[in-house]
Formats: sequence, structure tokens, C-alpha cells
Amino acid sequence: MAWEIVVGIETHAQLLTRSKMFSGASTAFGAPPNRNASAVDIALPGVLPVPNRAAIEHAVRFALAVKGAINRRSIFARKNYFYPDLPKGYQISQYELPIVQGGEIRFFVGETEKTVRLTRAHLEEDAGKSLHEDFHGMSGIDLNRAGTPLLEIVSEPELRGAKEAVAYARALHALVTWIGICDGNMQEGSFRCDANVSVRKTGDPRLGTRCELKNLNSFRFMERAIGFEARRQIELIEEGGTVEQETRLYDPERDETRSMRSKEEAHDYRYFPDPDLLPLVVEEKLIEKLRSELPELPDATRERFKSEYGLSAYDAQVLTGSRALAAYFEAVAKKADAKLAANWITGELSSYLNERNLSIESSPIATEVLAWMIGRIKDGTISGKIAKEKVFPDLWEGKTVALGKATLPALDAYIEAQGFKQISDAGEIEKRVDEVLAANERQVQDYRAGKEKAFNSLVGQVMKATKGKANPAQVSEMLKRKLSA
Amino acid sequence: MLNATLTQLSEALAAKRISSVELTRAFLERIRKLNGELNAFITVDEAHSLEGAKRADERRAKGEAGPLNGIPVAHKDIFCTRALRTTCGSKMLENYTSPYDAYVIEQFERAGSVLLGKCNMDEFAMGSSNETSYFGPVRNPWDKRRVPGGSSGGSAAAVAARMAPAATGTDTGGSIRQPAALTGICGLKPTYGVVSRYGMVAFASSLDQAGPMAKSAADLAVMMNVMAGFDARDSTSLQRPKEDYTRGLNRSLSGLRIGLPKEYFGAGIEPGVQRAVEEAVRWFASQGAQSVPIELPNAKLGVPVYYVIAPAEASSNLSRFDGVRYGHRAKGYSDLADMYARSRAEGFGAEVKRRILVGTYVLSHGYYDAYYLQAQKVRRLIARDFAAAFERCDIVLGPTAPSAAFALGAKTDDPVKMYLNDIFTIPAPLAGLPALSVPCGFDAAGLPVGLQLMGNYFSEAVLLGVAHRYQQATDWHLRVPSETPL
Repeated sequence: MAWEIVVGIETHAQLLTRSKMFSGASTAFGAPPNRNASAVDIALPGVLPVPNRAAIEHAVRFALAVKGAINRRSIFARKNYFYPDLPKGYQISQYELPIVQGGEIRFFVGETEKTVRLTRAHLEEDAGKSLHEDFHGMSGIDLNRAGTPLLEIVSEPELRGAKEAVAYARALHALVTWIGICDGNMQEGSFRCDANVSVRKTGDPRLGTRCELKNLNSFRFMERAIGFEARRQIELIEEGGTVEQETRLYDPERDETRSMRSKEEAHDYRYFPDPDLLPLVVEEKLIEKLRSELPELPDATRERFKSEYGLSAYDAQVLTGSRALAAYFEAVAKKADAKLAANWITGELSSYLNERNLSIESSPIATEVLAWMIGRIKDGTISGKIAKEKVFPDLWEGKTVALGKATLPALDAYIEAQGFKQISDAGEIEKRVDEVLAANERQVQDYRAGKEKAFNSLVGQVMKATKGKANPAQVSEMLKRKLSA
Repeated sequence: MLNATLTQLSEALAAKRISSVELTRAFLERIRKLNGELNAFITVDEAHSLEGAKRADERRAKGEAGPLNGIPVAHKDIFCTRALRTTCGSKMLENYTSPYDAYVIEQFERAGSVLLGKCNMDEFAMGSSNETSYFGPVRNPWDKRRVPGGSSGGSAAAVAARMAPAATGTDTGGSIRQPAALTGICGLKPTYGVVSRYGMVAFASSLDQAGPMAKSAADLAVMMNVMAGFDARDSTSLQRPKEDYTRGLNRSLSGLRIGLPKEYFGAGIEPGVQRAVEEAVRWFASQGAQSVPIELPNAKLGVPVYYVIAPAEASSNLSRFDGVRYGHRAKGYSDLADMYARSRAEGFGAEVKRRILVGTYVLSHGYYDAYYLQAQKVRRLIARDFAAAFERCDIVLGPTAPSAAFALGAKTDDPVKMYLNDIFTIPAPLAGLPALSVPCGFDAAGLPVGLQLMGNYFSEAVLLGVAHRYQQATDWHLRVPSETPL
């Protein structure tokens, strides 16, 4: 009997704002403990929350980007529970009336496009952090994060398996960073996902009992945790057991999920509308303003890259992985052959960046420099081989700009000086061809006897003799002409 | 001087007949003399008050003095102050000093008034008799065996006993008006949102409203000019043009339509209270005001509705008092849950615990709809009753409390009996409306009786004007309590 894995994802995206959701304290990461905790964040007696307009605008941007409905009037509610890093004893969130309802995320699983609907997205504040180490049996409380604005984005349980879940999360990550509402930094916790996982027999319309997985700190862990959890549930059911609804923690060290709390232990959060805050009203005017300011979205950019630059679906998908990458590509493609640009960016440049764990923003090769190099390949000045083996590494290392700023004439001079220039001079090539033909009598005879392989060997010999600088097309053409003479 | 109104004190200071230091000293002396028996103040810092007075005199010398410059004002110990600790009448905050001043404190500071001390109150403003204070009960200056009302009982007793010319209070279900009535002074609860709640320790956020307490309606008006105003730090603060609350003080009563709700004149009211209020009604009629019989059919549901909504909000508002960051923390505990449990069990008194339990219960899964949501619906019905009434009348008049001051301990064993003392004051805050209480006579035992005037939203100036005219014809508000003679 085949099993179907059903996953819904809840994401906490930290909104990119200078100050907190309900206080004026800074949201900067990495300050000394409790430095960025104001009277409101510490929940001193008498303080009151004041909503952050920038966070509200980010939520509206998100709604516009995912085609969700914006509730013109939404309600902040209190979620009550005691914990030392929750200073008020409640978290201000949204419950019955969230700011965003519905919407969808489109993404690719391999080559297949999939659309997943969103249930809702709501504004809330983050809690602080409890530090259990280095305090000699006591716990430390750092309230710097307390009150940081979050957008909790909840997907419908429409994801089928770990790979889809991760593809969704990646697409969501790309989208929130693309529209500039979240920095997407998973190490710092700016983008956190929990997964609701259940299994059912294929074809069964009912959902199975779900478990919520926490501590999925990277896409890799997310994939492993969901995979593990699905297997655990399937084995449990096949052995005659039943899945209990519970919250489970993923342990990356042991690559397994462990029960954190059962349904019985679940809190009664006693949600009720926060009487300190008026209903959140979003004016039509604001929505229209934000709509007009919204950048072209990844889906649209992807389609445009296909039609405008003739890119393959795959290249278009990869190059719209982030707004910076898309911008980089487009800047190169405006000045050089677009397909070559796509190949170089998704190929050589990406692998250099990945090896060094760099993002496109920190690429040492400026777009105009890459465009210049592609231009020189295209016009035959250098061969693709030389570009890949010599020029690109030199550009990456900055060896081309020893003299100062990498002006394009300086780069041309560099090619000249290094002798990387492709030999396209017919006389020069003919001379090398003649030399190779004279020195390789046997291969010439083999070729004439019908052995095609011998031809490739001869091309290789000429290339070797020119240190790879001869134009391969020209060499091949000239060889053919001479051999058939 | 101790018996003078704010207006008179203001004039005396302006004419330099007296300095703020002299005035402050006089009140401090009075506090020293009476506070032992009345317990109206929790904290007084004479040196700090006198420094404030000195600064006020310096400002006056430089010609920078407004009407309240140099006038000592007592504040309910619910308003956060940097200078003095803010206990909220609780062991939980016995040693808590705020790093910032409440909006109301800032406003009085800006006006140049002198911080005279912090007044006793029911713990976290939960109570109608000032008997729930961790710092002991406040006694009524008219009869020390009796309560001054609550929760702003310390502020009321301080003004009544002439230990302060004026005080601030907060009103959630009647906490300004009921103690004002029981001690023979005046108190106004403004429209919700008119005075910022910033820096006021929260009891029930959707009801809490700060207001002035003083000897006369004219004094309340002067104080409102200082207290009202928009404050961006309170999201429920209303952005409105600044108004002069003294502008309507000399309005005519002719043609004023006074609504008399039948629910406020029925059974359960002490005869002495009824008599005094009816006498006031007759006086207004003699001045050309028109009596309009009205109905507030849902007003009787005010008490049960209030005792769902207020505890619900309180149960959440008081969660921050967990012993982690400030406030009382138990000495010994086995783990985190035990630390919470012990700290809160030790730090909170019985009434606060009762309301936290009730509030937690009504918000719990499965009960929320039946209690909290239902209460919110009835709350809207009560507001609708008032809206209908104000189509037919300009103000609504009735007794402030069903009885005069009761004996200490008389109701402490029966919370419901205690809660019913707020039956007439609860509807106005549920509807967010302004209401004030002014003295209108005495009962057979010589205890003061309060007359309540309720108005439509933002009608404070009308209420103050009506009350002022009444006080020009009566002298109830000028009587000094028999047990604290000057």
C-alpha cells in the first residue's frame, strides 16, 4: 500500500524594520544581551504597545506579492502563557482576524511547477531568548529579540513530501527577500520554519493525525526531519499503532525527531483581543501606494527572462532565485550575449560563489567586467577555454586590476599582455596546421582511410601547438580543406 | 489655606501672598498629623516635595508660572513616578521604582505642580473599599470606622481630610466616583481615551481611565486642562483638538434636559442617599432644567458584565508580575513553575488572586464564548442604551453609590455584596462615557452622599458646568469632615 506524506509549513519571517513591532527599540542583531530591550520590551508596569507602521506595510507587501486578501480591519490578540523570555506573560499576535488571508506560492520541484495555497499570514512579536549555558545552573534571559516583528506565514497542508516542502520554503524565502521584507538570514533566525507532517494512504481524502516539527534551522534539516518523521509515522501505523498529535523537536545530531509536548500538555493560550490596541485598519490608499512600489515579482521576472532573453525554463528559474541574482544577470545580459551570460552565471560564477559560500552580492566580478569577458569570447578575441581556465580565475582573483581600476581598455591590455588572445590570423593558423600535418603523417593517412577519430587528434595537436589560443572553428575548417585537397 | 480651592490657591500664589514652599509645607504637616490614623498615603518624601516647591517658586520668580504652578498634588500610587516608588497597593511592587514617569505625572510636572506623595489604593485598583491594599485600609475622614470607598480611596481621603488640595485617581468601574461620593469630594472619570494611560499600571485596559479628584467641579476642570491630551505612546489615546474644560462653568441650567433612569431610583438604595439625590433633582428643576424619565434596561447587567471583562483583562495584564525581572520573588523555590507560583502566591492579595482566577476561567478554551464574548455583546447593548438616552436628554443623573460609606470589614467576606456597591458607576466606563460625582448632602448618620452626572462622549465640560452651577448654590462640597477638623 502506498503512502502519501502531507506537509503544511508555518514560517516566521522576521520583518526588516529598524525598530520593534510595538516599541522603539532597535532590532539590530548581535548587541550585548538586553541592550536593545526598552521599557516596553521588558514589560515594565504601565507601558503600552504602539504598532510599527513599517511592519504593517511589509505585511501588506507580502499580501500583494502572494495575491492574498488584505483584511482592511484586523485584530491584535494576546496569546497568554508564562515563560521567562516572554516578559508580558503574553505574546501580541493576531488570531481570529489576521492581516492577510489566502494567497499562493508558485515554485518548482525539479522541472515541475507547483502552486500551494496559503491559509493566512499574520503579524506578531517575537519572544526573547533563554540561555541555559554558562550561568552555573541558572538561566540567562536576553530580551534583545523580544518584540521583534514577525510575519507568520501558514501554508495549507498541500505539500507532498520533504522535497516539495523544501522547494516551497526556498521559494517563500526567495520571495520575502525579493520584496525586501525579510533578510532571510536563517543562521540568525530571521526565517524559521515549522512543519506539520502527517501521512495517509494514497487516495484517502482524510488527513492523518499531524505532528508539528520544530527546530528546522536549515533547508537541509527540514528535508531530513520531514523524511524521518514521515517514515516514523508510516512504520508506527504499519505496526498497528496510531500517531499522537504532538510537537516534536528535530535533533540534527542524531537525525531524528523527539516528542516535545503532547496535545494534553498543550497550552490553553486564552486568546482575546488586546485591549491596548485598536483594530488595525489598512487604508486603500496605502495598499495602492505599496502596490505601485512593489518590484517585479519572481514569477514575472522568470517569464520575462524566457521571452526577452530566450532563456530555458531551467535557467530562468535559477536566475530568479534571488532578486540580486536576477539583477546581476540582467545587468550582464544588457551588455553581452544573454545565453552566454546565463551559462557563465549559472555555471562558473555560481560554482565559485558556492565553493566560497558567498552570495551574488559579494561577487568580486562586476557585471560590466563579466559582460566584457563574454563580449571578448563572442567576438573571438579569446576562446571559451582560455576564458574559463585563465581569464575568469584572474578576474575573480583581481589579478587583472593590478594597475588600478579595471577599466575595459585596461582589461583588453591585460589579455594582450598575457598572450591570451585567440589566434584568428589565417596565416598564423595555416603555418601551425602545416607543421602538424607534416609531423603526423600516420594520422593523416588514417583520416584519409576513413578514421574520423584521427581528425580530432589533429585538431588537438594544432590547439596544443598554439597553447589553446587558436580559434578552434578556424583550425577545424582549415584542416578539412587541406586534408581533402 | 488648607481648605482653599485650586483657584484660590492659584490666585494666592500668583499674588505672592504665599510661596509654594510654604504651601507644600502646610500640606506636608497636615499629612504628618493625619496619615497615621487615615493611612491615605503610602509614600511621602518631604524633601523631594519641598525641592519641587522651591523650583516652582523659582519659575514664578522668572514669570514662568501657569495656573497649577507650585500647587501640591497627590497621586494615586498606580501612576509610575521616578521620584517615589510605585507600589500599586501591592506587596508585589512594594519596592518597585519606575525608571520613567507616567503621562499624567509628566503633565502635572510640566504644569509646575508639586508631587506631594503617593496615595493608598486597593491592590492593583481591585476593590471598592480600599481594604485590599497591602499597606492597610484607608479610613474615612468622616468616620474612621468606615471605609473611604475604592479603589482611589487614598486620594479621596487625602482631599477630604485636606491633606492635599487635589489628587489624581483612576476609574475602571467607579474607582474615582465611588470614593469621591463616600468622602464628600468631587471626582471625574473622563471619556475613555481622553487621558493617556501611559505609565498607569494596567488593571482592565479597555476600562481604565485616569481622572481628577478635588473639592469642587471648578477644580476638576482646572486639572482636566492639564491631564487631557493626545499621547502617541497610548494607542487608545484620542487625537482631538485641545479643549478648555473651564469654558462651560458658567453655563445656564435653563432648558437642560436631565435624564433620570428609573433603574437608578429603584429598590436597593439607602433612604438617606435617595433623599439627598431627589433633593438635588428638585433643585435642578427649580433652575429651569427639565426632568426626562429614561430607561437604561441593560444597566442592571453592568455588574456581571464588568466582572467578566475586567478580570479577563486583568488576568492577562497581571501576568507580567512573575518575579523574573522586577517585583516580588519568593525566596525559596524548586523550579521555574514553583518560582512563578510562590512569587505570585506571596506577592498578590486575595482579591487580586480571585480576579485572576475568574479572568483566567472566562478566557479559557470552551468558556470564552459563553462568558467573554457574551459580556462584550452585552457591553455594546449597555452603550446602545446610553446612546438612545442621549437622544432624549443632555445628561443622565442618579446616585453615585447605593449607600454611604460602610463600616470597615462589613463587606469583606462577601465579594458579591462588595461588587454591588459599584452598580451605578459601572455602566459609564463599560460604555466609555464620562461621569462625575459631586457631594449632594448627608445621610442620617452624617455621612456624605454623592450625586452622579453622566454625559455623552466628550461632554466633560458640560458635566463640569452643571456641577459647578450646583456647587454655587450648595455648600456640601465645602464641608470639612468632622473627624479631621482644620
